[in-house]
Amino acid sequence: MYDYGSGKQDWLAAGLPTEGRVASWPRAGTVARTDAPTSSLDERRGEVAERVRAAGWDVCVVVNEERVVLGLLRGEQLEGDPGTRIEEAMRPGPSTFRPHVPIAEMARYMVEHDLPSTPITNGDGILVGVLRREDAAVAALEWQRRHAEEHDHG
Amino acid sequence: MAKARRGKMAAMPRRIERDEVRRLLDQGAQLVEVLPKEEFEEEHLPGAINIPLRRIDARAGELLDSSRPVVVYCWDDP
Repeated sequence: MYDYGSGKQDWLAAGLPTEGRVASWPRAGTVARTDAPTSSLDERRGEVAERVRAAGWDVCVVVNEERVVLGLLRGEQLEGDPGTRIEEAMRPGPSTFRPHVPIAEMARYMVEHDLPSTPITNGDGILVGVLRREDAAVAALEWQRRHAEEHDHG
Repeated sequence: MAKARRGKMAAMPRRIERDEVRRLLDQGAQLVEVLPKEEFEEEHLPGAINIPLRRIDARAGELLDSSRPVVVYCWDDP
């Protein structure tokens, strides 16, 4: 007999498939965008800021070679001396959320805390994507509408 | 299905991590969630069966195949 000690929490945090009543509910990991810009510690602020703007984003996630999240660059961290190394410019150790968090819970949290976007990471701290508040809110409303319809017809 | 006799499941389980769980499942291991029924019905790992911890002694022998590996899990480390 074997004991999966890290359990269901670890499985969900890794974004792996599940079964059950809430298994098909939209989660942070399914709504997060996977095309968000990233940078490494040793890039320069000017080149990164240009890349971020060109991609239509206002946030950049700083990752290492394994895509483990190290920091975040938002508006003010993307402005200033273009020669500054990202390691000095970034906000280190940002809050992250796990892929299994229900999207309605994420939307509520992001609105209440005025959080425009947040990195979604798996249990190993590896970047899954970036969840934007508008995407979370739209997905949560859509899910609530569908859920209500299913109830009405069920 | 061969049924395990009561008492055969009592060996000390060996702790494993996610990658080994997936490997064992690919090889036909049985997956048992020991959380209460309500939590199991809400969400569980694919293919898992539910034997709540307080009933495991009574139900394990009845529900599990003693010829295949068994992986048990709860929410996380106690």
